Amino acid sequence: MSGPSWHRELEGRWLPFTLYTLAAVVIGGLVLLIPPFFLQGTIDPIPGFRPYSALEQEGRDLYIREGCNVCHSQQVRPFRTETDRYGRYSVAGEGIYDRPFLWGSRRTGPDLHRVGGKYPDSWHWLHLLDPRSFEPDSNMPSFAFLAEQPLDLSLTRRRLDVLRSLGHPYTPSEVENAPEDARNAMRTIVESLRADGIELSESQSRSEALALIAYLQSLGRGAGLLEATAHQGSSHGD
Amino acid sequence: MQAATSTPTYDMRVVRGFAISALVWGIVGMAVGLLAAAQLAWPELNLGPYLHFGRIRPVHTNAIIFGFTLGVVFAGSYYAIQRLCRVRMFSDTLSRINLWGWNAIIVAAAVSLLLGKTSSKEYAELEWPLDIAIAAVWVVYGINLLGTIARRREKGMYAAIWFWIATVLTIAMLHIANSLAAPVSWMKSYSIYAGVFDANIQWWYGHNAVGFLLTTPILGLMYYYLPKAAGRPIFSHRLSIVHFWSLVFIYIWAGPHHLIYSPLPDWAQTLGTAFSIMLILPSWGGMLNGLLTLRGAWDRVRTDPLLKMFVVGLTFYGMSTFEGPMMSIKTVNSLSHFTNWTIGHVHSGALGWVALTCFATLYYLIPRLWHTRIHSQRLVEVHFWLATLGLVLYVTPMWISGVTQGLMWRATNADGSLTYTFMETVTAIRVYDVLRFLGGCVFLSGSGVMCWNVFKTVRSGTVAYAPLPPDTISPSAIGGQA
Repeated sequence: MSGPSWHRELEGRWLPFTLYTLAAVVIGGLVLLIPPFFLQGTIDPIPGFRPYSALEQEGRDLYIREGCNVCHSQQVRPFRTETDRYGRYSVAGEGIYDRPFLWGSRRTGPDLHRVGGKYPDSWHWLHLLDPRSFEPDSNMPSFAFLAEQPLDLSLTRRRLDVLRSLGHPYTPSEVENAPEDARNAMRTIVESLRADGIELSESQSRSEALALIAYLQSLGRGAGLLEATAHQGSSHGD
Repeated sequence: MQAATSTPTYDMRVVRGFAISALVWGIVGMAVGLLAAAQLAWPELNLGPYLHFGRIRPVHTNAIIFGFTLGVVFAGSYYAIQRLCRVRMFSDTLSRINLWGWNAIIVAAAVSLLLGKTSSKEYAELEWPLDIAIAAVWVVYGINLLGTIARRREKGMYAAIWFWIATVLTIAMLHIANSLAAPVSWMKSYSIYAGVFDANIQWWYGHNAVGFLLTTPILGLMYYYLPKAAGRPIFSHRLSIVHFWSLVFIYIWAGPHHLIYSPLPDWAQTLGTAFSIMLILPSWGGMLNGLLTLRGAWDRVRTDPLLKMFVVGLTFYGMSTFEGPMMSIKTVNSLSHFTNWTIGHVHSGALGWVALTCFATLYYLIPRLWHTRIHSQRLVEVHFWLATLGLVLYVTPMWISGVTQGLMWRATNADGSLTYTFMETVTAIRVYDVLRFLGGCVFLSGSGVMCWNVFKTVRSGTVAYAPLPPDTISPSAIGGQA
């Protein structure tokens, strides 16, 4: 069976053929990619929602480096069974400081979008070192090496500076003091671990695991603010 | 004019190079995949900072997609395009840059991913310097391909060429748009998109990477090598036309089906679902055009392992392009999303459609590239059965595992409370992780058989630079134009 003659002619002209093919793929691309950018205003802002602190951002970049997103989603779907298990469902406004997004595509482990504040720092420390000490059947890798490697703070300022250029509302002094802020935040976690009876060595007190814990504890802070505004809104009769 | 080029020589060096590199990356990628599967079943196999699942998994996907699959696509298109256009490649230099540049990128990719240098975006994990290198080498391939087509000595362009043109254009567009990032250091960057916008762009890319790296270029291979292996013209030229244009137009809209029940606007999710369902028609158009090419030659399928590979490949193409649209329906997706069902679906396409078509293409090419016969036809047959058995043994446990976990996540007691803890849903699917590992072993052993067979074939052949005669079957003939 042969095709129509107009197409036969098109098959003989490579440039028009190429351009038509380009048009065919560009149309759907534009429809899906352009409108969302104009819908920016439809993302409900979450009052008081702040960008990640210096240590949290360092932890987020470690989360990416170790591929945690390969096994853990950060996207609670709007089903009863999901909100019961994890907490409030995820909304667009929570993602405005997420570069890249980390929603994930496979839950080999549980969703983490609401994990912040769910467990104490000491739980995360012990769990990262040896996941099977809590759950004998867990198939999560041990991340004990994160407790040994010192956190490199040489790029912290640069990280915040690049994010600020992309629109994250860091003040110049927050960028300037980023490494010091990170060190202070690490000391706070070391203290909270000590309070739970975990005494860190000198090298462990400067380790990458602390940044990862800071990041994990920051997850879900948007949900907390949303709860708060929901209550406020009702009292104002909005 | 004609007399000066009465016996055209085709550039077969680049084809040989890509055929071998594809085979090497195939073994590497499958072995790493096997390690990843083993790590899920036996977590003690996660070793230190460099060899745990989080870092291993992207090495597996990148080696298979960009090293193995695209290697075969490069080899297969470089071989076919010269014959379909009846000219040597546009530029030998560009061909060399393509071959060595691309393989250097894959090496750099494997090393950088093990070092944890990743953007985290699936199938676009590589950091910005490598993204730029990929774009550059891709443009080289595009110029080489289109330059050859522009200088062709054949009036029409056969359907296989259309699919490779679509591949070149679309992947360039997707790769550049999705990889835009602000560098922090040499191997770290932040996406210029945030949150929901980043997710939207990423799955527009991710879904169409499946469409334009694992579908259209493989269809190009099918359109050339299946008629060649069968010695018959493609079933319907008209179907090729309808199937091609509808496929390239519709595919690009379907990305949001990866983001159903996410914070992405509802209209985009619905659009993604609608176009995914429409996609069944052009996909099955391609499958039928391939399968019906064998009408009147089905007896040969019994004896020719190459045709068996094409037939099983096309059948799995049809199955996974039916399964995909079903999984994009909200009700089904609410169960399947985040489970192993997705992994099963991907592998029924990747091991069934992509790998089997790539194997068949390589088996067609290798003896012709070294002027010899295949060392053992029997071992090709053995490979076919190992691959098919391994693939079924892989995909079936993943389906069961996915549905099991999906149902357990949503199970509630009479009082409305959740029936299972998350941990219970992990232990319930452990047995399927082990079975999947076994399926992977069988599949990889088939690839090992192939390597041995290819090694013996190449050893018995020669790469003497005798001018190759043009194909005896004219491109017009396989296009059904004769």
